[in-house]
Amino acid sequence: MKASIFSRRSTWAWPYAIFLAIFVALPLVLIVVFAFTNGDGEFTFDNFKKFVLQPEAVNTFIYSIGIALVTTFLCILLGYPAAYILSNKNLNRSQTTVMLFILPMWINILVRTLATVALFDFVHIPLGEGALIFGMVYNFLPFMIYPIYNTLQKMDHSLIEAAEDLGAKPSTVFWKVTVPLSMPGITSGIMMVFMPTISTFAIAELLTMNNIKLFGTTIQENINNGMWNYGAALSLIMLVIIGVTSLFSDGDEQGQNEGGII
Amino acid sequence: MVTKNDTIIKIEHLSKAFGDKVVLDDINLDIRRGEFITLLGPSGCGKTTLLRMIAGFLKPDSGVIMMEGNDISEVPPHRRPLNTVFQRYALFPHLNVYDNIAFGLKLNKVPTAEIETRVRKALKMVSMTDYEDRDVNSLSGGQQQRVAIARAIVNRPKVLLLDEPLAALDLKMRKDMQMELKQMHQELGITFIYVTHDQEEALTLSDTVVVMSDGKIQQIGTPIDIYNEPVNSFVADFIGESNILNGTMIHDREVEFIGHTFECVDEGFGDNAPVDVVIRPEDIYIIANAENAKFTGVVKSCIFKGVHYEMFVETDKGYELMLQDYNAFEVESTVGMFIKPSDIHVMHKERTCNTFEGKMISPNKVEIMGAEFECCDCGLKEGDNIYAAINFDRVELLDNKEDGIVMGEVVFILYKGNHYHITVLTDDGDKIYVDTNDIWDKGDIVGVSIAPSDLHITKRV
Repeated sequence: MKASIFSRRSTWAWPYAIFLAIFVALPLVLIVVFAFTNGDGEFTFDNFKKFVLQPEAVNTFIYSIGIALVTTFLCILLGYPAAYILSNKNLNRSQTTVMLFILPMWINILVRTLATVALFDFVHIPLGEGALIFGMVYNFLPFMIYPIYNTLQKMDHSLIEAAEDLGAKPSTVFWKVTVPLSMPGITSGIMMVFMPTISTFAIAELLTMNNIKLFGTTIQENINNGMWNYGAALSLIMLVIIGVTSLFSDGDEQGQNEGGII
Repeated sequence: MVTKNDTIIKIEHLSKAFGDKVVLDDINLDIRRGEFITLLGPSGCGKTTLLRMIAGFLKPDSGVIMMEGNDISEVPPHRRPLNTVFQRYALFPHLNVYDNIAFGLKLNKVPTAEIETRVRKALKMVSMTDYEDRDVNSLSGGQQQRVAIARAIVNRPKVLLLDEPLAALDLKMRKDMQMELKQMHQELGITFIYVTHDQEEALTLSDTVVVMSDGKIQQIGTPIDIYNEPVNSFVADFIGESNILNGTMIHDREVEFIGHTFECVDEGFGDNAPVDVVIRPEDIYIIANAENAKFTGVVKSCIFKGVHYEMFVETDKGYELMLQDYNAFEVESTVGMFIKPSDIHVMHKERTCNTFEGKMISPNKVEIMGAEFECCDCGLKEGDNIYAAINFDRVELLDNKEDGIVMGEVVFILYKGNHYHITVLTDDGDKIYVDTNDIWDKGDIVGVSIAPSDLHITKRV
């Protein structure tokens, strides 16, 4: 009897493979094609020249990276202590507290941002750059906390005891053992925060009343205005930047496993 | 090298409980400078807790730990002049071999040049020269263990704590490491406190063995003392193989067990005192000629064990004995046996029956072990405080735990030649001792029932 094709395990990957081809691979190819062609479908570098020669676009790009860096930095600053407290059994005994920190991730990002706008409005804080960074940090903080929490949680407690035993006082234990061992979680957290923040546009639009433009906004505007080729080129530039950042963490395979979000 | 009375660590009345469970119960222990002392016991006996308390990772509920005359009970681990070798090595995965070993020295601001010579010396001591730059994750278990030892001894601690350091290694490697540890102890001349559940390891390595069970110290002594003169049936059973039998001390130097009277060397037990008798399997001499023997038996099984044969013999009075001999005897053959007086070890019985405190709740009902038991009317009235005694062989264990009056878990089984002596721990934490011919396994949950006529009640004042 011939085995049914459904008995092969790989068969079950086909639906997703097809989905992947249509909605991920094909668009990527299209972005590359559009980026290197003009409106008439001819090969050209003009789109990239336009970007380099247009100080406004370059400035937005640099500004976006700056905002992303600040956001990521603030997320580490706030997220690490939070993750540390959550994972420390002496300080936190309940799983519920962990849930409270993760909960915001379940709510749609736009809903959360609109709520932030309403809140700022209510307490009469003007919207602008400060509000933008607040919104970004607020939205992406859980993505920083969880990977760090995960690595700290899985860390072998006897390593801390070993350090104490060898004469390290609590602060030394933290800097020489806990932090280096939670690096995979920090790297994971940076990936989860930095990459999406570069390309945000909705948060920026809502929290700055459209006064501050991020790179995501620029791309969106160009595509909306029918400038597909230029928009595609900008997208490609951003993809390359994200790709470069992800290279930094590629060397640390273990980090991906240990610090993964779930 | 070991000088008498030079105590480096003195532990007094140390107790610790985790929630309701008492893990250490009034521990008193003196550790001499330079000795190799082993805390030995089955898992859950409190040995690791005791070690962790000496290291400073746990705080005692009561009692003190003195080191060189100072109370260190409240001193945090990083300020105690001792180092630990952890069970699962606990090497820092983000540092290489050199940095792992240098960790403690760097913290103590030792000059770099000195760190280097000391690390190299420590590596040499554990036969790991040239491994400085290796990633610790690339090392085998045995190599990691060596690095862990080097990391501890490089700091020149006054006391080295070792928490089952060889448990994860295979047998051959374990034997090699035992010899190396013993040699290292001699070279360093510092105190080693070693935790293990392996009695052979404890006997091989130690100057002093501390046998622990149920959070209490059962016996402290040299390996030879512990082996030859166990103080109770637990120690006798835990250390080596042994036949543990019920006996009666007829009078000084004469003891009765397995239905025969033997000459022995023990005195001072009193006349006709019930005792436990321990005979090591290698101390029963076996001869093919049954006529001249003290007692006879039929060989029931004979297994080759490498150096000797291990045989089970059923004696003429129906007791089963384990014995070891260099010669094999045919199964089902009748053999003669004798035991030298000096090889008979007599121990006080810890108890001869179960005794519980309780009170009457009606003229024929009594409350003991947190449950109601029916008893015969013995003229006592409600509310009277009483002692209830039940003979070991009158306690009934039931498969179906719901059928018993109280429920319990079988925690300890001792074979006594013709029956099992079982310890059952009830849900309320009481211990019931049972003599039975039925086979139970450790960890079985059983129902316990006692017939009213078997409860002997006396008034408690």
